Amino acid sequence: MMKLLTSLVLGLTLLSAPVHAQSGPLRLEIDEGIIEPMPFAVPNFVPDDASAAQYATDISRVVAADLTGTGLFREISSDAFISRVSSFDAPVQFADWKAINAQALVTGAVNVSGQRLTVRFRVWDVFSGQELGDGLQLAGTTDGWRRMAHKVADQVYSRITGEGGYFDSRVAFVSESGPKNQRLKRLAIMDYDGANVQYLTDSAAIVLAPRFSPSGDRLLYTSYESGSPRIYVLDVGKVQRQELKTQDGTMSFSPRFSPDGRSIVYSLIQGGNTDLWRMDLASGQSARLTNTPAIETAPSYSPDGSQIVFESDRSGTPQLYVMPANGGEATRISFGQGRYGTPVWSPRGDLIAFTKQNKGRFHIGVMRTNGDEERLLTSSFLDEGPTWSPNGRVIMFTRETQGASGRATLYSVDISGRNLRPVRTPDGGSDPSWGPLQN
Amino acid sequence: MNVLGKILALGALSVIAACSNNDPSALGGGAGGSGAIVPGSPSDPRSPAYFQQTVGDRVLFSVDQSTLTPQAKTTLQGQAEWLLANSDYVAKIEGHADEQGTREYNLALGARRANAAREFLISRGVAGNRLQTVSYGKERPIEICSTEECYSKNRRAVTVLTGSTLG
Repeated sequence: MMKLLTSLVLGLTLLSAPVHAQSGPLRLEIDEGIIEPMPFAVPNFVPDDASAAQYATDISRVVAADLTGTGLFREISSDAFISRVSSFDAPVQFADWKAINAQALVTGAVNVSGQRLTVRFRVWDVFSGQELGDGLQLAGTTDGWRRMAHKVADQVYSRITGEGGYFDSRVAFVSESGPKNQRLKRLAIMDYDGANVQYLTDSAAIVLAPRFSPSGDRLLYTSYESGSPRIYVLDVGKVQRQELKTQDGTMSFSPRFSPDGRSIVYSLIQGGNTDLWRMDLASGQSARLTNTPAIETAPSYSPDGSQIVFESDRSGTPQLYVMPANGGEATRISFGQGRYGTPVWSPRGDLIAFTKQNKGRFHIGVMRTNGDEERLLTSSFLDEGPTWSPNGRVIMFTRETQGASGRATLYSVDISGRNLRPVRTPDGGSDPSWGPLQN
Repeated sequence: MNVLGKILALGALSVIAACSNNDPSALGGGAGGSGAIVPGSPSDPRSPAYFQQTVGDRVLFSVDQSTLTPQAKTTLQGQAEWLLANSDYVAKIEGHADEQGTREYNLALGARRANAAREFLISRGVAGNRLQTVSYGKERPIEICSTEECYSKNRRAVTVLTGSTLG
């Protein structure tokens, strides 16, 4: 299986005391707004023997791509290298890396023994000549090599920024193909960077908006396989699905897990009216959370599970509201121009991402949980449906182009508004749900 | 999804829409000359094709609205009369939205529209247990341009005959 063993290797602690990220001089304070990416070098990891050579190259490239993809780091091409790293344990020639202005250096070694893959790596602060954190060894199977590379990159990212990483994570989404009026949709899952796409449903019925469970083991989604939109839960490992029974003769959609994974909050349509309900998954019992003639949908829990942010048009236009998780009085938090929808609480708890529609354009934005400090990060014909990276630094969303040839694509953007980039998928993609960091 | 090529308002007041695609069933067959009624064709008042094309199976809505226009009420009045006269049929009313709006909101909006049509039919005497609703939100546009010309046709509630006990 993909299970990885993470272990400190005693032999790698060397003679010097470990240098912790907090005390090291090499530190990227990403809240201050990074204009100039930090130059780094990832010389090819050293293969123990020929059987490890390809893995060593591939892992090095994925580590570099992860770091570059953040927009916070800039890779120095190996063409510029003065030093060659031919042995993992040989002393680093810091002067050679300083000369090409590499501030961070990642060195590594790869061993393959049968199906077992072992990666060792170190992160160096070139200018102080010190190691950043301890050397680390990761062991797993050869078919999990990409995950091991992402884990290395997560470590590098964390040690330099002081924040949690997000590379060893997966994204569930809807794969889209076909023309706009006959679009085929399939549930799919992939690595955060678009690799290892796996399809979880066929395209016989419309499927919408998968949502990861907090631990990443299950997905909620909406499917028309019964003829009406209904909520299903899918076991990601077994690819087995099950309908979550709400009420007969009704439509249900827009589900999301509670932070403890034991209940869901969702929209139920009765008599044309859409309200919010919560279902206890163990008992299957549902309880009403809102009771108004307005549309109430797109609920999302605060990380502590005490509150729910949602969208309602009770004021006349769709706006964002926060209410206690058990229902009760809701407080409106969006007051800017335009229409607000699909609020999603950041995993850090500090921000709410949303879709905003104003003057014929769509935006992905963020605001404080009380509605203050609204910032729009994107603008296009149609952007919608934000989802947070596990560390709350990056938002992925759907961008759809206009016109008869309109196509949906996944994009990601840093919460600073920088580093907007498409996420590679085999076909069109929509409704991303970013899962947790994997174990 | 059954897509009609042509939509006629009740009483042939006006042609509302003409799609660019060529659906051979759109105008039905054999109704050309005077005289013969071909069973099952749009010229047969008891046929689903007649319901779709002559009565008019759909009503349109303004932006972000689910209130029925006078024209929509006229169409639905015709639908109610047809359903009352052909009581073996049951129907599913599909509510749709244009692409302006989030997926979730549009699903809820489509449900409002389908329900508005259903409530009207019930008010005219059609039994509620013959009328199901479903919302497709913005998932099933019939027109694919990104201008009001297309949007106005996508904001719709379509009454789809889903069965007849006559078989």
